[in-house]
Amino acid sequence: MKKITAILMVLGLFVAVPVFASPASDTLLAQYKSEGAGKVDPAKAQKDWTREVTVDGEKMSCATCHGSDFGKSGKHHRTGKVIEPMSPKVNAERFTDVKKIEKWFKRNCKDAWGRECTVQEKADFLTFLLAQ
Amino acid sequence: MHMKIKSMILLAALLGATGAAHAEESVWGWLGDFTRQNEVNAVSNAAWQEECGSCHFAYQPGLLPTQSWEKLLDAKALEDHFGENAELDADTLKEVRDFALENAADKSYYKRARKIAKSTENGEAPLRITELRYIKRKHHEIPEKMVKGNKDVKSLSYCDACHTQAKKAVFDEDTVRIPNYPDWED
Repeated sequence: MKKITAILMVLGLFVAVPVFASPASDTLLAQYKSEGAGKVDPAKAQKDWTREVTVDGEKMSCATCHGSDFGKSGKHHRTGKVIEPMSPKVNAERFTDVKKIEKWFKRNCKDAWGRECTVQEKADFLTFLLAQ
Repeated sequence: MHMKIKSMILLAALLGATGAAHAEESVWGWLGDFTRQNEVNAVSNAAWQEECGSCHFAYQPGLLPTQSWEKLLDAKALEDHFGENAELDADTLKEVRDFALENAADKSYYKRARKIAKSTENGEAPLRITELRYIKRKHHEIPEKMVKGNKDVKSLSYCDACHTQAKKAVFDEDTVRIPNYPDWED
């Protein structure tokens, strides 16, 4: 029985993910699941993308730096440095490196929301963005 | 016999060259480095370029003294890096920190690095390059409207807004182009 579930889980990795998934995003989505993330909810991620939180007196959301057009580049709110597009269709490098994805989730959630994102939020965001 | 000597010389030359490319460990390393005409040591570390350069101009380590880098590149300090979270995992932090400390202004033989080291010999080492006495003095004559009031510059912290060769560690006056002020000359 355990074996079957394991096989199904492995198969699920190849079936359930959208077109632009990479080995890195597969690994992470599986990891988030094993850490307690439930069913992914890309619609929530879409709403959360522009949800503003006041951090250190400044209203911040994901869109503050990344913008809301995923095919276009964004701009760092302080340094003005160009941030390459979030869409993996436009930016082939996006979501291909586990370490990078985790590093930026950690930093950016803290910068924009003043706290780390939960595994559920990360699974939602990653799934949502992979489809952009 | 001749072959042996030749290969030994070649090996020594190779070792010397790679040594110089990583860090200037001695004045000889610096002399043997073809980039020494640069004004500070150019960034030769991929992690440095990636980790610092993904948010801002990858300031060369020679632009600040050891003391400043020690304060800046600390796990706790990076959680609030001028208001941004710039946390690094322990391995990356070590690499980046080691690179900075090996090439800090006071460890470097490059022209401007030496001057920065000299200007911070006594007194507190600032965290911001723009607060270095040397940097302030060098930019003293540039009117505020060309920097702060210039929408394409905004602050002295954006080195590469005007210093066209900043990435190559060249900050010479001849390479300066101030956006929107094409006729500016010092």
